Amino acid sequence: MSEQNPMMQMRDISKSFGGVHALNHVQMEVYAGEVHALLGENGAGKSTLIKTMTGVYQPDSGEIYLHGELIRFAGPRDAQQHGIGAIYQEPSLFPDLDIAENIMAGRQPMRNGRIDWRSMHREARNVLQQLGVGLDPRIKARNLSVAQQQTVEIARALSLNAKLLIMDEPTSSLTLTEVEELFRIIRQLRDTGTAIIFISHRLEELFAVADRVTILRDGQYVGTREMSGVQTEDLIQMMVGRQIDELFPKQEAAIGETLLEVADLTVSGKFENVTFSLRAGEILGLAGLIGAGRTDVARSLFGIQPAQSGTIKVNGHAVTIRSPQQAMELGLGFVPEDRQHHGLVLPMSIADNITLPILPRYATAGWVREQETKRVAAAAAKKLEVKSAGITQKAKELSGGNQQKVVLAKWLETGPRILILDEPTRGIDVGTKAAVHQLMSDLASQGVAILMISSELPEILGMSDRILVMREGHITGEFMRAEATQEKLMAAATASATAVATAQGEEN
Amino acid sequence: MTVNATAPSTRKSGSLFLTLVRFRELSIIIFILLLIVLVAIDTPTFLTVENFRNILLNISILIIVALGQMMVIITRGIDLSVSATIGLVAMMVSFTVVAFPGISPVVALLLGMLLGAILGSLNGVIITAGKVPPIIATLGTLSIYRGMVFLYSGGTWINSFEMPDSYRALAKAAPLGVPNIILFAIAVAIIIYIFLNYTRPGRDIYAVGSNPDAANVAGIPVQRTLFMVYLISGMLAGLAAVLWASRFESAQTNTALGFELQTVAASVVGGVNIFGGSGTVIGVILGAFLLGTIDYALILVQISPFWQLAGQGLLILIAVIVDSAIRRRLQRLGGTGEL
Repeated sequence: MSEQNPMMQMRDISKSFGGVHALNHVQMEVYAGEVHALLGENGAGKSTLIKTMTGVYQPDSGEIYLHGELIRFAGPRDAQQHGIGAIYQEPSLFPDLDIAENIMAGRQPMRNGRIDWRSMHREARNVLQQLGVGLDPRIKARNLSVAQQQTVEIARALSLNAKLLIMDEPTSSLTLTEVEELFRIIRQLRDTGTAIIFISHRLEELFAVADRVTILRDGQYVGTREMSGVQTEDLIQMMVGRQIDELFPKQEAAIGETLLEVADLTVSGKFENVTFSLRAGEILGLAGLIGAGRTDVARSLFGIQPAQSGTIKVNGHAVTIRSPQQAMELGLGFVPEDRQHHGLVLPMSIADNITLPILPRYATAGWVREQETKRVAAAAAKKLEVKSAGITQKAKELSGGNQQKVVLAKWLETGPRILILDEPTRGIDVGTKAAVHQLMSDLASQGVAILMISSELPEILGMSDRILVMREGHITGEFMRAEATQEKLMAAATASATAVATAQGEEN
Repeated sequence: MTVNATAPSTRKSGSLFLTLVRFRELSIIIFILLLIVLVAIDTPTFLTVENFRNILLNISILIIVALGQMMVIITRGIDLSVSATIGLVAMMVSFTVVAFPGISPVVALLLGMLLGAILGSLNGVIITAGKVPPIIATLGTLSIYRGMVFLYSGGTWINSFEMPDSYRALAKAAPLGVPNIILFAIAVAIIIYIFLNYTRPGRDIYAVGSNPDAANVAGIPVQRTLFMVYLISGMLAGLAAVLWASRFESAQTNTALGFELQTVAASVVGGVNIFGGSGTVIGVILGAFLLGTIDYALILVQISPFWQLAGQGLLILIAVIVDSAIRRRLQRLGGTGEL
């Protein structure tokens, strides 16, 4: 640590929204050259705290000191000019502009009254090289992966001379190698004196990259710890204020008859010859790297992207599934990975979202009996403990965890016998995660067959009765619960992945 | 390993495809050449400098207005009022020129651009300050401006014989060997090309259309940019109005009726993304040229005007379908999925 005094100090920050205390006398100190994790459940106040740092919100009370001086940001631009940069979960680039212009948008270098493209590309290349990234600055942002887009955002922050970089769940849609690459960049920035605030729900990532951690709970400051001196259990306890003994409350469920049999399923370019079976009461984990084709298999089973060849048997009968309607009639439910785009109609209310797939059941000659749908939705929302202002609240106003509960409630109302869950707990907090896991376990004991796609190995290992691993469109491993280990799964998921990556690298 | 190594497999699987997409203009050129060859087989007299010149004459005004339309579309908007703007400005300038036959054609041009800019900035105010969706706002002003043509002219029109010679010569004279109207189109195209590629306000247009939220965060004046594109679109329509009156030697209440659709067509056929964010000057010129060639060819091979319209419509649909197919393909190939 080069400096003795904190780069940024937040003292006694409070912020309320309409009587609700989002932040209640919160404090945080960040030093130059440290990676400081910010941890808390959804709704703990992390986002609000970050928004006061980046000038999006003004605190109701409390002080912010930057380099020892009391400061008040007029807005995001002001904070940016004071050297505070932020990178969010979903990159906000200009897809139609090239990398260089994304980095320099609004402040392109000029020469003789004209934009100097050459020096713009040169400067962009320099910043990218500083980050150790060999991206061509002329590539349009549209053609970049999420990880590459984040790199561009980091480059943009750096070229704005950011001294404090805030990263809000940057890893949630990255593959493992991409996360490693991001960590390399983070460490490099830290070593050159940048302060980094890092938010992630994956505790193992905090242990990998953070130096210290500040924990918030219900808008209150809980504490700050050195990462080297804490255990996972300590962090969880500080976050939730209680011991979560069982983050993965998997109960033994009676495994029944085979409900789903898939043989040689193929969608060319996505996956090939996928064969497996799924039984009542069973949770089948589908592990693998992002892009291995797991989601494609799920979409294909649900008729969104019908298979080109292969057979599907439901309850022993051969079927062809060509549309989601058909899949639902066969008793399938699908909770998609991207709840904001595919799982929910964001501007609609919780009630309308929950009853969307089952409307025909509550309609007379095309007219919906609204009293009934409201009652059904209210019961479903209550069962899953959706935290909201009421079932008429719009889905977009809910936190990630609660949105996921609404999506689950929606599909449970269809009464599926086979439930496909794609990354069911991605980006949601520990408390909700445990609730979702409990729900899965309950469903399994009621005889529902569950196919769970997850990129989090602890979740796969903790929840599955049996585990399939996919790599590059093929099933490359099958493990029973007892024999599965992180190492075995990773080996099956990546066996030749490094070779492939190297080959791609050479090609570029 | 660098981030580069984990690049989406896009490059590998779709490199030829992507090259084609990047040089979208190439496919329009191929389409145009194909059309020319087909027509030439049917009517060998088609391949003359005279015909080429006629096509250029026909599409010069379209190019000028479509370039303004393109800028609006890049910002995710649309300007349906350009045709009515042309009608109103043509009428007002022609009345003025008839009343004061001595004024220089240059003054007439400047007056046209000024009037057009005023009408365009009214669109801009309604859309930025009034928060009215562009399609609604300009649909409204389309009717208002067209109505004003009747009010202003009292239902009369300006005929060829009333116009001073200098005014009639404005579009058609060719002191530099090429008719002025074509030179105007070329000049406008060059200015807009430089504006869009080498100035910050020009780049802001792409940024705003590509991701309005990110533009806001990057400190780009989003509202000002939106206002500006409608102003420019109106100004170019005003310029086109004077050229229109000069070329056709008349100003009537139905001047340029329905022309807005041609400007949209030229843009879309020229590869301007109707959802905003992308579009090029070259593309729009080629789009206009393709439309012009089709029109001309259909007349030449003596196909009924009905088929001309239908052919144009078919072409627009093909362009849009191809456009969205490419877009979907790009998304699947590993783009962000964002438009």
